[in-house]
Amino acid sequence: MRTYPTSECNAESTTNGEPVSMKKYDAIVIGAGHNGLTNAAYLAKAGLDVLMVEKNTYVGGATASRELHKNWIYSNASYVSSLLRPEVFRSLELAKYGLQIVPYAGGNVTMSEDGDYIGSYVDPDVSRRDMARISPRDANAKVRFDRDLMRQCRFIRQFLLRTAPDPTSFKPRDLMGMLQMGKALMDLGEDVIYDMMRLYTMSISEYLDEYFEHPLIKAAKAGSGIIGSAMGVMSPGTAYVLLHHAMGDVDGTMGAWGFARGGTGAIAVAMKDCFEDHGGTLETGSGVEQILVNNGKVTGVALENGNEYQADIVVSNMTLPRTFLECMDKKDLDPEFLRRVRNFKIRGSSGKVNMALDGLPKFTALEGNPELISGDLHVVDSIERLELAYDDWKNGTWSKDPYLDILIPTLTDPTMAPPGKHFMSVFVQYVPPKVNGKDWTDAQRDQFGQTVMNQIEKYAPGFKDLVLHAEIRTPRELENEIGLTEGNIFQGELTMDQLLFNRPIPGYAQYRGPAKGLYMCGSSNHPGGGIMAAPGANAAREILRDIRKPNTVPEGWLDD
Amino acid sequence: MSQTSRQNTIERVDFSHKSHYLTKAFKSPFYSRQEPLNHLKEWGRWADYLSPAAYTCSAMEYFACRNTCTVFDLTPMTKYHISGTDALPYLNRLVTRDVSKIKPGRVGYSVWCADDGQVVDDGTIFHISEGVYRLCSQERHLDWLMTNTIGFDVSLHEETHDVAALALQGPTSCATLKRMGLEDIENMKMFDIRHFPFEGTQLMVSRTGFTGDLGYELWIDPNHAEALWDRLFEAGQLHGIKPMGDEALQMLRVEAGFIQAGHDFMPAHATVRSGYTRSPFELGLGWLVDFKKPVFNGRKALLSEKENGHRYNLVKLDIDGNKPGCDSYVFTKNKKQIGTVTSAAWSPSAKASIALASVEAPHGEPGEELLVEIYYQKELKWSRVMAKARVVKDVFWNPPRKRMTPPDDY
Repeated sequence: MRTYPTSECNAESTTNGEPVSMKKYDAIVIGAGHNGLTNAAYLAKAGLDVLMVEKNTYVGGATASRELHKNWIYSNASYVSSLLRPEVFRSLELAKYGLQIVPYAGGNVTMSEDGDYIGSYVDPDVSRRDMARISPRDANAKVRFDRDLMRQCRFIRQFLLRTAPDPTSFKPRDLMGMLQMGKALMDLGEDVIYDMMRLYTMSISEYLDEYFEHPLIKAAKAGSGIIGSAMGVMSPGTAYVLLHHAMGDVDGTMGAWGFARGGTGAIAVAMKDCFEDHGGTLETGSGVEQILVNNGKVTGVALENGNEYQADIVVSNMTLPRTFLECMDKKDLDPEFLRRVRNFKIRGSSGKVNMALDGLPKFTALEGNPELISGDLHVVDSIERLELAYDDWKNGTWSKDPYLDILIPTLTDPTMAPPGKHFMSVFVQYVPPKVNGKDWTDAQRDQFGQTVMNQIEKYAPGFKDLVLHAEIRTPRELENEIGLTEGNIFQGELTMDQLLFNRPIPGYAQYRGPAKGLYMCGSSNHPGGGIMAAPGANAAREILRDIRKPNTVPEGWLDD
Repeated sequence: MSQTSRQNTIERVDFSHKSHYLTKAFKSPFYSRQEPLNHLKEWGRWADYLSPAAYTCSAMEYFACRNTCTVFDLTPMTKYHISGTDALPYLNRLVTRDVSKIKPGRVGYSVWCADDGQVVDDGTIFHISEGVYRLCSQERHLDWLMTNTIGFDVSLHEETHDVAALALQGPTSCATLKRMGLEDIENMKMFDIRHFPFEGTQLMVSRTGFTGDLGYELWIDPNHAEALWDRLFEAGQLHGIKPMGDEALQMLRVEAGFIQAGHDFMPAHATVRSGYTRSPFELGLGWLVDFKKPVFNGRKALLSEKENGHRYNLVKLDIDGNKPGCDSYVFTKNKKQIGTVTSAAWSPSAKASIALASVEAPHGEPGEELLVEIYYQKELKWSRVMAKARVVKDVFWNPPRKRMTPPDDY
C-alpha cells in the first residue's frame, strides 16, 4: 500500500552541528500551522524571499496528520473542515497542490442513554422527520432557528477576510470600515440587531430555549456552543461559539462540514507545497528561542538550534502569550501591553483521543444506520449532563461523563487506513490544562484516555476490543507538541471581549505587534480559530500594504 | 440465481410491436439493482431508458467519484458494431483522425463531420479485436453510417440494447476491480481494452471514462448485467463504492473539460439553422483532424477552414466569485458580446466557478480576460453580476492518478 504524504518533512538539517547565521530574508514566519503557511504563501506569492521556521519536524501545527500506527494516518488535532475560506483555497490553488475537501455523508447524531437518538442527515426532509419523530413542534421551530442563525452568519461572514476596523482610529480606512460595519448592521433590521446583542451575550442553553423544547434536541444543538471554550452550556457567551461553528460552508452549503482527503494534514501539506512553489524556504525541527528586536524594530529570529536569521519582517503564528511571554525579551515590550497579554483568555478545555481501530464499532442506538455513523457522533443527551461535565473542569479535573465529538473519517476517506479498518477521532470536553492545579502526569493522561474509551464503550459495546493504538492528548500534549498555550484549540477563547477589534487585545487587532516589523498571523487574531486561514491571509494583506507590495490576498466573496 | 431466471427478470428494449408506445422509457438491465438504491425515486431519461438523475444526493455522488468510486449506468449510450475487411478504411473515411493508430485492444476518441466539415458527433472507437470495432456516441447515426458504407466491405449494426455497460470511476476503482478478481487489471493503460472470463461469459473492460479521473468502463451481455452489478458492489464495499446519477456526471465532465452533443455543440444532422453548427477546430478538437489522411468526410472544407480561419473558439473559463455562470452571455472587457456559456458548474474540487463557452474567434486565447453576465436568484429576488473570467488552457481536474499505471489503491 502506498503511504499517503503525511505532514512529516525531511528534516532539513541546515546546521551540521555548526550554527548557521545571518542570512537575511525579506520576511520570517514562525510556526508552520495552517495560518503561518497561508501567510507565508501569500508573501512568497508577492515575490518576497520568505523563511518559514517550524519547531516540529512536520508541518501543520494543529492541522498536522501523522502516521502514528503503521498504515494509519491520524488527524492528530483538528479533524474536520468547514471554515477554510474558499477564496484562500482558490487563490493559493490548493486543488493543484492536491487538496480535496470531501463532505461527509452523515450530519450528526446525538445518542441518548435510553437508546434513542436524534440524527441529522444530508437530506433536509429526512432530518426534519427525525426531529419530528421526537418533537413535531421543534422540527418546525428549526426553520426559525436556522433563519435567525443564518442572518447572524451572513453578518459575521463578511468580516472574515477583512481586517477589523479600529473604532478609535481616525485613519480613513478605519473610518470607512466602521461605516461599513455600521451599514451592515443597519441593513439587518431592528429585530436582527436586538437578536445579535442577545446571541453574543447569552448562554447557548438560554438561546436554545427560545426555539426548542425537547431536551435531546437541545443537547444535540448545544455541543457546538462549548467546543474549544472553557465555558459551560449555561455560561453567557456560549451562544456565539455556536455561531462560529455554523458560519462555515462546504461549497456553499452553509454549516456543512467535511474532511480533508488524506487527513487534516493534507491542508498543511498543500499550503506548504504552494509556499515552496513560490520560492519559500522551510526550516523544520527547531523552535524559536527569541524574536530579535533592536531599537523598537525587529531584526530577525534566533532559533533553539543556534541558527540566526535576519529579516525586517517577522510574523508570528504562535499564540499571543507564546509570542510575547516566551519568545521575546520582556524589555522590548511595555508593561501595559504585557499585562494585557498575560490576561488574554486562552484557557485549555479540551483533549483529543485518536485511535486506530481493527473494525467498525457498532453503536447500539444506531442499529447499523450507515448514514449517521459517517458523521459526528455525540453521546451526552441533556443540557444538565453537559453542565455537569463543565463542573468537573471547574473542580480541576477532566469530565467523568465527558462530551465527545466522535468521527470515523475512514468511512468517507479511503486513504487513512487499510480497507475495513478505521481511524477514530474523538474530541473531548472538558479537560483542564492542569489537574487540581498540578501538571498532568502520564498516569493521569492514560486514566483520562480510559474515561473516554469507557464512555464510548457504553454506547458501542465491544468497542474497546477494536482499539489497536491510541494517541491520548491532554492540554499538556497540545501545548508541548503544537504550542497551543494551555491547549486552547482556538489560540484564545471566542468571547465577545476578545472578538473583532478586541482580538487579541485592544489596539493590536490589525495583526501588527508592538515592535516595528513584527506581525501576528495566528488564530489569536481576528477572526479567530478553526481551520479558516483568515488570520493568516488578513495579516499578509496588512504586511504587503505596509511595504507597498502588490496585494496577493483575495477579498471575501459576498453572501448576497 | 440461475442464468435462466436472471434472463426472465430483465426487461429488454422491445419496439417490435405496436404496443411499445405504452412504454415511454425502458428499464435498463441494471434496473432491479438501481431501483432499491434510488432513494430519491427520481428517474431521468436517456434516450430509450430510465436513467437516475441522482440516487441519494448528487453532490455526495460527485464527491464519491472524486474520493472513492462510483458506478454509472451507460447502457443507453448509442453503440455500433463495425467489422469486415474494410472496417479500418471505412472508419478512416468516416472520422477525422487516423484510425490505423488505434491498435487492437485500444480505444480512441474522435469526431466525425459532414461534408461541410461540421461536427456530426463525437465519440469513442473501440478496436475490440483485429478488424472489429465498436463506435459509441451520444446521438444515433445509423443512416449516416450506412450511407458511408457505399463502396466498402463492412458489416454494421447497432448494438445499443445488446450490450450492458457500467462506468466505474474514481480513485478506488482499480482496487475494486482487483478485489473482484480481474487479474492484472492494474497494468491496463489508459485507453486499453481487456477481456476477462465472467460467470460463463466475457466481460470487456476498457480504461476509459467521462469524469477525468482514474476509471474503467465495463461491457457485458445484458443477461449478466445483474451479476456484474452484484459482484462489483460486493468488491467495492470496502472501497466506498456508490451508485451515481447523471447530475453528478454533469459536474464531473465539465471539470474534466469534456464536451457533450446537445450541450456544447449541435449535432450537424439535427441542426436546422444555418451557422449554428461547429467544426472540430471550433470545438478545440483540431488535434483530432489528420490531414495526412488523403480522404475523409469534411476534409476539403476543414482544409479551407484551416487556411482561412474559423469562426468560434470553445474555451474553458475560470470565473471570479462563487456563482456558476449557467446560460450566460460572454463579453469582452469592453462589454462587446462575443459568445455564450455552453456548460457551467461550481467546481467543488477546484473551488472555482468554471464554464465551457463558445466565443467568436479570434477571442478565446488562454489568458484573455473576459466578462460573464450571470443571473442568479436569492429568496426569489433576481440579481445580475458581470463577473470577470479568464480563459484557461488546462482542464479544471486532471489528477496524476488518471494516467498512472499501475494506479494506487486510492
